Amino acid sequence: MSGKYEAVIGLEVHVELNTKSKIFCSCPTEFGKEPNTQVCPVCLGLPGVLPVLNEEAVRKAVQAALALNCEITSYAKFDRKNYFYPDLPKAYQISQYDLPLARNGWIELSGGKRIGIRRVHLEEDAGKLVHQGDITSAAFSFADYNRCGVPLIEIVSEPDIRDPEEARDYLTRLKGILQHIGVSDCRMEEGSLRVDANVSVRPVGSREFGTRTELKNIGSFRAVYRGLSYEIERQSKLLDRGEPVIQETRHWDEQNGVTRSLRGKEEAQDYRYFPEPDLVPLQLDPDWVEEIRRTLPELPEARKARFVREYGLPEYDADVLVSSPPIANFYEECVRLFGEPKTVSNWVMGELFRLLNDSGMEPEELKLRPSELVSLLKMTREGVVSGKIAKDVFEQMFRTGEDPESIVKKHNLVQISDKSALEPLVLQVIAENPKVVDDYKSGKKQAFAFLVGQVMKATKGRANPAVVNELLHKRLD
Amino acid sequence: MILELWQLTVHELSQLLLRKEVSATELLESVWGRIEEVEDQVKSYITLDPEGARAAAAESQRLLESGRPRSALEGIPCGLKDVLSTKGLRTTCGSKILSNYVPPYDATAVQALKEAGTVILGKTNMDEFAMGSSCENSGFFPTHNPWDLTRVPGGSSGGSASAVAAGEAMFTLGSDTGGSVRQPASLCGVVGMKPTYGAVSRYGLIAFASSLDQIGPLTRDVTDCAMVLDFIVKHDPMDSTSVEIKRGSYLEALRPADEAVKGLKIGVPKEYMGKGLEPGVEAQVKKALELLQELGAEVEECSLPHSSYALDAYYVIAPAEASSNLARYDGVRYGYRSKQYDDLIDMYRKTRAEGFGPEVKRRIMLGTYALSAGYYDAYYLKAQKVRTLIREDFDKVFAKFDVIAGPTSPTVAFKLGEKVDDPLAMYLSDIFTIPVNLAGLPGISVPCGFSEGLPVGLQFIGKAFDESTLLRVAYATEQACSLGNMAVLCARALAKGTKEGARG
Amino acid sequence: MEHTLSLEEVRHVARLARLVFKPEEEEMFRQQLSRILDHVQRLNELDTSRVQPTFHVVPLKNVMRRDETRPCLPRDEVLANAPDAQGGFFRVPKITEG
Repeated sequence: MSGKYEAVIGLEVHVELNTKSKIFCSCPTEFGKEPNTQVCPVCLGLPGVLPVLNEEAVRKAVQAALALNCEITSYAKFDRKNYFYPDLPKAYQISQYDLPLARNGWIELSGGKRIGIRRVHLEEDAGKLVHQGDITSAAFSFADYNRCGVPLIEIVSEPDIRDPEEARDYLTRLKGILQHIGVSDCRMEEGSLRVDANVSVRPVGSREFGTRTELKNIGSFRAVYRGLSYEIERQSKLLDRGEPVIQETRHWDEQNGVTRSLRGKEEAQDYRYFPEPDLVPLQLDPDWVEEIRRTLPELPEARKARFVREYGLPEYDADVLVSSPPIANFYEECVRLFGEPKTVSNWVMGELFRLLNDSGMEPEELKLRPSELVSLLKMTREGVVSGKIAKDVFEQMFRTGEDPESIVKKHNLVQISDKSALEPLVLQVIAENPKVVDDYKSGKKQAFAFLVGQVMKATKGRANPAVVNELLHKRLD
Repeated sequence: MILELWQLTVHELSQLLLRKEVSATELLESVWGRIEEVEDQVKSYITLDPEGARAAAAESQRLLESGRPRSALEGIPCGLKDVLSTKGLRTTCGSKILSNYVPPYDATAVQALKEAGTVILGKTNMDEFAMGSSCENSGFFPTHNPWDLTRVPGGSSGGSASAVAAGEAMFTLGSDTGGSVRQPASLCGVVGMKPTYGAVSRYGLIAFASSLDQIGPLTRDVTDCAMVLDFIVKHDPMDSTSVEIKRGSYLEALRPADEAVKGLKIGVPKEYMGKGLEPGVEAQVKKALELLQELGAEVEECSLPHSSYALDAYYVIAPAEASSNLARYDGVRYGYRSKQYDDLIDMYRKTRAEGFGPEVKRRIMLGTYALSAGYYDAYYLKAQKVRTLIREDFDKVFAKFDVIAGPTSPTVAFKLGEKVDDPLAMYLSDIFTIPVNLAGLPGISVPCGFSEGLPVGLQFIGKAFDESTLLRVAYATEQACSLGNMAVLCARALAKGTKEGARG
Repeated sequence: MEHTLSLEEVRHVARLARLVFKPEEEEMFRQQLSRILDHVQRLNELDTSRVQPTFHVVPLKNVMRRDETRPCLPRDEVLANAPDAQGGFFRVPKITEG
């Protein structure tokens, strides 16, 4: 985008709530079971069945809405959204149309900008369709209704987002908030968090909206960023050429890095919403809502402030750590076991983030336990391993899941602090580098570091740098 | 005169069974014999379950003999409208689209009857998805009125009404969305009640119009109605619209006729006694009301000014809800699937085009249209607002009256084929029953006389959850009109009709 | 007000409802539905501008159940009525968008 245009982005995020049972029946919500084993007459939509609302789904939706600064509506109802698809057994989805559970919230981004949240509503998830090969070429599709009826909240943002980076920031914060209050595990790879994006572009300074497209099939936050960037670029080029943007749904093709039109998919959808006669309205008791507000778990902003206050961390460190609840929890547990908050934060933000990034792993997939990092930190503090070796050990712990003690033992990585063992090596290094020794003696301080490095190298990093320093000074000064 | 067992009422048989004067197996064989005798002419049942019934009767007999009957309904043979889900027993809802569907669960009302120890004979015929007033919209075959085999039994619970009238069941359950229990009860000379919306669980009742549907009993007399009601009116956590009500036994609420109606204020809406009402029906209704007056009831004219709009509101609301409720019949999880199709959407359309009959399609089309973009406010929302006006009419009348009375149906049973090609004429058959469903109130139809040799029903409408008053006034009517043993009278008419049928 | 449906409207509604008609049926439904819709127009004689709709006749609200699980249906019962099933799944014909 050449600076001529600005993007207008709104996000619709579906999040599965982690209740024990489904939203309208008593089937379990567990993920990854054999197909069609987590179903009953109700979620299968057999003739004659009726829905009964799960109170915990309402509670969790209210928690989420309050954490997103929403107002809880005094009168909400459920509606039927009618459409035919094999993953939808009743051929309608019970959702909320004109009177959603909550409205008018916001999320604050890093720079302090607020992104409005238009509404949060409760609905039921659909089943899953498995295709042999590509959806359009497969001779058959296979329906599994295990997921059918898992409670969902849909969080609809205002079109306040202006670029892909803000979109990513919004999503990261949204996920952080929902994980903090514990209403969802927000695993995008398991589909418990799903994102659709509406995007349009307009000339900078214009107040009208351009024609928008809807992006679907976005599998990760990275894909949100890439898909939006692509779509903004595509729409900008169309406008440059004087061609119209067509209002349509487009699929993100992760492999080829492009968005594709689902041409002719729908004669404009007509969902024929009407109030669900099988469910009565929700008129939540304000006292009950207040009780939920009071007992809401600590939100990221508050936790960040506490990290600064309690652990003496810089604002920046605190912000990065709390952006991901699994990381923040990991961090706090390490500090509890080890102390030294700044040392721990350096390890988490340095080594751990680097490894997560390199492996493409999400923080919630982390298998490493706080106690394992703490063992390593203790070994470092007690001089059992050197700081440098510790980083290698940590990488091995991360990749293999082995505990630090056995890694150190197996690879013989224990730090050498024994003067009698290091003395001969120090003498040898001095003997082999007469010129460097001369340089040092004539005042070149950095020559000393070279000599230390040579000893370290000779011990494959195991020598205790403090002891080496001491021995060298004794010989040279 | 010695009566056959199948000619007795539930409360009479209950006594005989409990006193061990009759066995449950004897009773079943009597009813079964009657079914074998008349079912070819009447065609009340879509599915009969002789093995299930015999096993249930044997179990009942065992419990009766050991002095541990489960309830007063122990061993009583009954029929269920095929709109009720029955575990392991085919449930078609009168439709080809469900012709091979065997549910894995029981409706709550069915479970209640099983737990009470009743013997389920089979599933009775009905208009497809309960849409119709004559039983001619059944996806399988029409049912005949046992009082005159050339006439309809009414609908949609036509098979449930004809089975009780003809002695093919001691009682049945039906469902009533716009009159589907009361109108066939009226046309077949039996008692039929639609309880207050929320009184009987709808769980397992295959939905037609969810905000109107209600299960109700069809019985030989009012006492039987109260007995059955006592078992099925119960709060059900599986139905969010089920209401928890404090109530005593309906059976025990019945009182002798004079005591029951003395000082009772009965309103007769002038809108129910006007044009379109057959003179023979009007005469019988008026005669019955006079009898009640003689017993001490205060009968006065009242007005439900929006009555004439009820039919219009109903024919928007019911089809709209139906279009959504019937969308699940798509050939994917159960029921019929077309044999030839190109792809998914083609399969959907052909399955539904081949599986549904014309009336069902008509209503799906009507409802889909009424909910579609641009029409929702003008049709669906408008109709729901008019529904409020209709409710308010009733509220006003009930501020002054205890019950409302009038004809159940504007006509006696009409001829088979008479109205099949004219949907609007057929719809008019329910003009007096529909407003009751729109307002969610209880209504009962009780036989009050004959016109042209065919039964006429008197309808009473009550305040919400005031079933007791309705039962009392219906019981008084039954006493006052003293029409005799309807099962015997009907059997006589049926025997005559069968002979004429054989000759003609 | 005369309310006459066009054949195109009949076809559109049939598509929405996943139904399909033969040409003579289309014409029959067009006529019958038009007649019924004409009749229903009578509702417009009533002024309902200040009337709330009745979506529920029961005065209930907040009907909810506890978050407890119960046993599911055995899979053979789940699939027993399926017109086509394979490998524990319901099998459906190919989905051609359009």
